[in-house]
Amino acid sequence: MAAKTLTIDGKQVSADESVTILDAATDAGIKIPTLCHLDGVYDVGACRLCLVEVAGISKLLPACTTKVSEGMDIKTDSERLRKYRRMTLELLFAERNHVCAVCVDNGHCELQALAYSQGMDHVRYDYCFPKWEVDNTHTLFGMDHNRCILCTRCVRVCWHIEGAGTKNVSGRGGKARIITDLNQPWGTADTCTKCGKCVMACPTGALFNKGSTVGEMERDRTKLEFIVTAREKKQWIAD
Amino acid sequence: METKDETQTQPAPGQPGLLRLATAWFGGCAGCHMSFLDMDEFLMDVAGKVDLVYSPIIDVKEYPEDVDVCLIEGAICNEDNLELIHKIRARTKVLVSFGDCAVTANVPAIRNQLGLGNAESVLQRAYIEGAQSNPCLPREPGIVPALLPRVMPVHEVVHVNYFLPGCPPPADRIKSFLVQVLEGKEPQLVGKDLKFG
Ligand code: SF4
Ligand code: SF4
Ligand code: SF4
Ligand code: FES
Repeated sequence: MAAKTLTIDGKQVSADESVTILDAATDAGIKIPTLCHLDGVYDVGACRLCLVEVAGISKLLPACTTKVSEGMDIKTDSERLRKYRRMTLELLFAERNHVCAVCVDNGHCELQALAYSQGMDHVRYDYCFPKWEVDNTHTLFGMDHNRCILCTRCVRVCWHIEGAGTKNVSGRGGKARIITDLNQPWGTADTCTKCGKCVMACPTGALFNKGSTVGEMERDRTKLEFIVTAREKKQWIAD
Repeated sequence: METKDETQTQPAPGQPGLLRLATAWFGGCAGCHMSFLDMDEFLMDVAGKVDLVYSPIIDVKEYPEDVDVCLIEGAICNEDNLELIHKIRARTKVLVSFGDCAVTANVPAIRNQLGLGNAESVLQRAYIEGAQSNPCLPREPGIVPALLPRVMPVHEVVHVNYFLPGCPPPADRIKSFLVQVLEGKEPQLVGKDLKFG
């Protein structure tokens, strides 16, 4: 448990060697935009929104999966980073079909919120308009692949927190998709305990409670936080 | 307005110094224009500062020359839209994508997801399968414009200067945008004024 000293946005910070740049920044009150990161679940560095500049390293590094090291000089905001973040967000919007006006998550969506925070008032890339399905076979929840950004938060909570292992990623590139069990309709996936953790974790309108209509999908993450605290600190407390 | 009404005193159309404003309606539900009208008494202020030269809310058939600012509602969906947007671009200094259909192509572009032949499939669904009587496809060359194979946001077709998203953009957002334009500023939408849906 050795402490490292580093600089984030000109601020001197000391952090344990086991933590990531994101953890260190958060502790120092510096906010780095994130999308695939979810507190309490291991990070995979899937979305590239948390990229930061580290002095002496030419490529940008994901803050959520890069461990701190001695003397690091980190910038979390710059012209270059803003350019890449906006580009990443625009590509996420162009890749699938995001029709916010008719989406269950409109007004509560983390993808939307990030887009606004980066000043995205339009998408410069041509939209792909792919054909994707909606899986409404589950008794409680629905999955609209049109709005999935493949952050894999649902997969990680399903395996790591619930331990059910229902959700997985199948395929690569533009064909990559979230599947349930052996690539079968969610309603027929025997391993699913109907716990709803994936729905709680999803940052977009891709996973939703059945019956929600436009703008109605507000997520309650307190249950997830409760379970994570219980696992990590062995304390069954809700605040 | 194009044809001057001599008896009219306020506002004075064509008066130098007035901003020549236009609004146009493409593939959208008219909701953005409704929201524009929702600016209520602020419309009186606007009326004193602009010369409204083309809009679905006034009776002008031909898009005029030398327009300062044009707000475009709707996506580019059919051949008429395509022809008019090029004319508007050529005759307008500042083009604004007004509302989500113009900015993202929004709901009208859902048909793009059906891939090649989507224009035929949606017509088939609406006018043949959905018809209660007299099923037939509307085909009247010169009157009913043909659908484009792909619905596009305005900036995919012509250069757009500013974006005013929202479905529809609330009246306050349109107002804050217009105030900046009328003050000769570069309009910027921040905070709750930058929002889709
Ligand atoms: S998931 Fe978010 S960005 Fe996508 S359509 Fe829904 S509200 Fe819009
Ligand atoms: S409801 Fe629970 S068990 Fe079922 S897929 Fe979601 S996280 Fe996994
Ligand atoms: S369904 Fe939601 S949580 Fe799962 S990968 Fe897609 S966007 Fe992420
Ligand atoms: S939050 Fe770090 S890559 Fe997504």
